[in-house]
Amino acid sequence: MHIWGWEIAFYLFVGGLAAGLLFFASYYYLRGKDRIYPATVKWAPMLAPFILVLGLGALFLDLHHKLYFWRLYTTIRLQSPMSWGAWTLMVITPVSLVWSATWVREVFPNWDWKFKFLYDLEAFFIKYRKVLAWIMVFYSVILGIYTGILLSAFNARPLWNTSILGPLFLASGLSAGAAVIITFTKTEIERKLFSQIDLVIIGIEIFLIIHLFMGLLASTEVQLEAASLFLGGQYTLPFWIFVVFLGMIVPAVLEFLELRGQKIPVVIPVILILVGNIMLRFIIVYAGQASRYLY
Amino acid sequence: MRYAMAIDTKKCVGCSDCVVACQLENNVPIGYCRDWVVESTSGTYPNLETEYRSERCHHCSNAPCVRCCPTGASHIAEGGVVLVTQDKCIGCGACIASCPYDARYPHPDGYVDKCTFCIHKVRKGEQPACVQVCPTNCLYFGDLDDPNSEVSKKIKERKYKRLKTEAGTDPQLYFLI
Repeated sequence: MHIWGWEIAFYLFVGGLAAGLLFFASYYYLRGKDRIYPATVKWAPMLAPFILVLGLGALFLDLHHKLYFWRLYTTIRLQSPMSWGAWTLMVITPVSLVWSATWVREVFPNWDWKFKFLYDLEAFFIKYRKVLAWIMVFYSVILGIYTGILLSAFNARPLWNTSILGPLFLASGLSAGAAVIITFTKTEIERKLFSQIDLVIIGIEIFLIIHLFMGLLASTEVQLEAASLFLGGQYTLPFWIFVVFLGMIVPAVLEFLELRGQKIPVVIPVILILVGNIMLRFIIVYAGQASRYLY
Repeated sequence: MRYAMAIDTKKCVGCSDCVVACQLENNVPIGYCRDWVVESTSGTYPNLETEYRSERCHHCSNAPCVRCCPTGASHIAEGGVVLVTQDKCIGCGACIASCPYDARYPHPDGYVDKCTFCIHKVRKGEQPACVQVCPTNCLYFGDLDDPNSEVSKKIKERKYKRLKTEAGTDPQLYFLI
């Protein structure tokens, strides 16, 4: 079966990355660390509204009945994770834009809003940054996890039908966010923190992947068949080489060596993590559609 | 009222009249189908058995396609029939991904389409197009809640199976074996 293509895989990557960036921004802001970790709280999250808009554009392109997209917003269907996602994006995209807008004059001193009402709005939102941060910390986790829950709700696709997928996607998004923050940092202390965070998250991802396969192999015939796509089937090499080895293990080793004092150009583990991330989304989207119930 | 269909696999010859009738009745676009014929051979030579099944949407009582629809376009109507409200459908494809029977397809006009049990005919007291046209009369459509309907009687008299019930969908197509 083939109903979803690159648009969905691209959105999953971008959504996860935005979730990671916004989570770390709001979390460390609420911990009062906005001065010590400026890249986390102020610079890196500026990417989020742009990539979210790109992701929304990809989702729109995927629709077959495009002119009716607004129907998503005439109802909330609690049993449909896609409905949660539509509303979550509706909240977090503007919130991420407003968040970036409150920092923009600090980061770009020559920025001029030009209209007085924009300056007033900026002052208002700066005053209520804490509220924005609480909204963001909550909704960024939903953004990161709901896509995995969405796929796992399809009982007809045995590869996806596991509750591991939600946490895996969240961890993957946080890892991508941490990697991008590392490229923005200017201080050793911030870089060290996010290298450690990335190491831990990669460890969690590997744990979740092992458990994904343990679960599939201990399950029914349709899950065994789904697992075989990755254990000898056509997705074996791309998954274990690009996603697990190059996308998780190698960057983890490089980060570990960096923390031990070896000089590693930071761009290498970051690129490996991001490439592994996007490969993970593509492979899960395509392999899941290849797994099926009816023979 | 619980609409269901019984398909007699011993009488189905795989002629596909049901597919053509449905295509004409419902203007199904060329290249897509709302119902189809499956020829399933099992066993090893020379002990082979072939079964013919005319399949379509199973109008499941626990329909995953209704559960995952973000706009409510996929809904359950009278008699448990699963329908799609075309101008609520955004064509996201979630229902297509969620169907274990591959019963749905993206219509070229944008919305997602599938068998409707010819509810437009049933509401007028007629039978679905596939049932009317079948040359071996192997298709039976009716109300399971009515003990005198053909479907109720057939599944009481004959052994039957349903497809992939372990997917948890509670399908309402009964294949008489």
